[in-house]
Amino acid sequence: MALSGIQIFKMTPKKNCKECGSPTCMAFSMKVAQGAVDISACPYMSEEALAQLSEATAPPMKTIKVGTGDAEYTLGGETVLFRHEKTFVSRPRYAVALCSCMDAAAVDAKIAEIGKVDYDRIGERMHVEMIYVNYADNGQDAYVDIVKKAAATGKTLVLGCSDVEVAKAALEVCKDGKPVLNGANASNYEAMNEVATAAGVVLGVGGADLNEIYDTVAALEKAGNKNLVIDATGADIKTTFANAVQIRRAAIKDGDRTFGYPAIVNVAKVAMDDKYMQEALASVFTMKYGSIIVMQEMTYAEALPLFGLRQNVFTDPQKPMKVEPGIYPINGGDADSICLTTVDFALTYFVVSGELERSGVPCNLLISDAGGLSVLTAWAAGKLSSTTVADFIKEQVEGKINCRKLVIPGKVAVLKGDIEAKLPGWEVIVGPTEAVQLVKFLKDLTA
Amino acid sequence: MPFNQKPQTFNAKINEVTIGSGEKAIKIGGENVFPLYSFDAPIENAPKVGVEITDMGFENACAGIKDYYAGCATIADMAKKASEMEGADFVALSLEGGDPNGENKSVEELVALVKEVAAAVDCPLVVEGSKNVEKDGELLTKVAEALQGKNAVVMPAKEENYKAVGAAAGLAYDQIVGCESAVDINLAKQLNVMTTKLGVKSESIIMNVGTATVGYGYEYVVSTMDRIKGAALSQDDAMLQMPIITPVSSETWGVKESVASEEDMPEWGPAEERGISMEVMTAAADLAAGSNAVILRHPQSVATISKMIKELV
Repeated sequence: MALSGIQIFKMTPKKNCKECGSPTCMAFSMKVAQGAVDISACPYMSEEALAQLSEATAPPMKTIKVGTGDAEYTLGGETVLFRHEKTFVSRPRYAVALCSCMDAAAVDAKIAEIGKVDYDRIGERMHVEMIYVNYADNGQDAYVDIVKKAAATGKTLVLGCSDVEVAKAALEVCKDGKPVLNGANASNYEAMNEVATAAGVVLGVGGADLNEIYDTVAALEKAGNKNLVIDATGADIKTTFANAVQIRRAAIKDGDRTFGYPAIVNVAKVAMDDKYMQEALASVFTMKYGSIIVMQEMTYAEALPLFGLRQNVFTDPQKPMKVEPGIYPINGGDADSICLTTVDFALTYFVVSGELERSGVPCNLLISDAGGLSVLTAWAAGKLSSTTVADFIKEQVEGKINCRKLVIPGKVAVLKGDIEAKLPGWEVIVGPTEAVQLVKFLKDLTA
Repeated sequence: MPFNQKPQTFNAKINEVTIGSGEKAIKIGGENVFPLYSFDAPIENAPKVGVEITDMGFENACAGIKDYYAGCATIADMAKKASEMEGADFVALSLEGGDPNGENKSVEELVALVKEVAAAVDCPLVVEGSKNVEKDGELLTKVAEALQGKNAVVMPAKEENYKAVGAAAGLAYDQIVGCESAVDINLAKQLNVMTTKLGVKSESIIMNVGTATVGYGYEYVVSTMDRIKGAALSQDDAMLQMPIITPVSSETWGVKESVASEEDMPEWGPAEERGISMEVMTAAADLAAGSNAVILRHPQSVATISKMIKELV
């Protein structure tokens, strides 16, 4: 239960020493209750009070780290169920599944396929971050071989293995990469706990239903292991969705910390060999509460929409998505191609560049820093003005581009005269008000 | 100690709206839980899937769509074929050819087409306008008249033309009005308030609260729908309890990821596969965010999404 400011105040020394940075103990208590300040900022709290408070003020969902180095990922740590309430903090990570039932050639082909998807989208690297290695009860050697191959990719592994001895052997070859050992259940959790703790890796907990998972997590916590993830995958699609939502909701809305862990959702398992269903489900679980989403394949067809969705959903609603200011040549635009300018708001950039590409006309899209706002908002806020455009062009464009024709967004047609005055030698052309009209506009202009 | 399950049901619910008439009529809305949360309480009316055809035909569409309609001589034939698609609950006819900046087909020509299509199918019908507010004011009024007795959805009624479209479809000819606003909870509510003030019953309104392809500012769609369903259910806001219909395909088949040819982007693989994935994943996300109906084009997308809904609800 969260404590009120008054309850916290009762535990403070009440001497208003200001050492915590707040003017009074009361003010300090209020900030702690809101989560703005950590209780440890007060040097005079008793051990007992600290223990009680840190339990009460701990976040509803734990933050779990997996992988190492560049492949280290943070899962969980969410504080809201809907992004508009504050923001989501940890994007889900996608894993492609390998299985010890696959032959060596199939494994190699899959690993090669996984490596192909790797690209940049608005400053974020998009690639398959994890590999899920499933154990099909067909012998330790086969499994360890595949784990070795998967580990060699440098991606973070999730070992889907509930056989304690096999898991131990597999961890021997991959534990330095900090994989997840997804294999604890009601019948083996004590032994699995030892294996995971000894290797220093995160343990995944599954079970027949939510009650069984809940009891197993509680037992593991009691044994001192809070470095867990929960496998929310059920027998079918409906159960899996119900599990994922209820686990997250119990933690965040109802404050039930036993379910305050990130969830693995294995859509490859509940929609085996149905590629399109897996795509649909990956999308649903990106929206609703998957932290590791396991699929059978990730080609560009899956990656382009899925990574785009994730990038959108996991942006902070208070911070607009921005693209880097600069010159973006389109359709093979060069120093002599016509220039068009717009703002650095990512959505504007995407829509405009998409239409420019459709036009087939070689051109340069000039993006200046407009604070990540849309055209009219940026103009109203003074972030898009004749001065910002002229300065940007003088500093960054004139040395690189010979063409002196500049198209400005139709919505800021009013800037034409001022820009021309500030940029001698440039012809300023007023473009359309909507991006969708750009194709026709450019074709007419260059005809 | 077992898990203390706390189902989240609300005293308020989304309006139940019937579309179409006769045996194949469908109902959307009516639920008192968050989207697809059938584990909290039964969702009687599962979300529905519509198949979109257009007055322009599918000459430039991918092979999977063209092949499906192979042999159809008229748009009415295509409508019949669309209504028989696996997973289809309704047919959506887009009159994009009416756009004055495009083909600029006449109102008479398009209304005649609507009549032919209505005669060819026995499933519920959604008619989408030309995307030009002035033209739609006239066009959709006539469409509503032509569809008397069909209880069809006529959309979009927008801020600029809701009086004409709303009065004709919602009052004079007893159709369902599809109110369209631009990804903002306040705009959506305002349009619903104004449309009901015209006298249109709220049970005759469904809304398109804005749509985007995943990756293209889709966060606004998510948050708008999240907030609308939140206000409708937890605050019992009657002016936001209209079911949501989302045209998906008209957005997803136009973005670079679906359009770029394999010659231009060899590593991306076949364009059709990318187009299907964009459509499937956007539709799935729309349903998770709160759409009560989605409008799709590709047979594979329609089959997949309708199967997913059956699995989840």
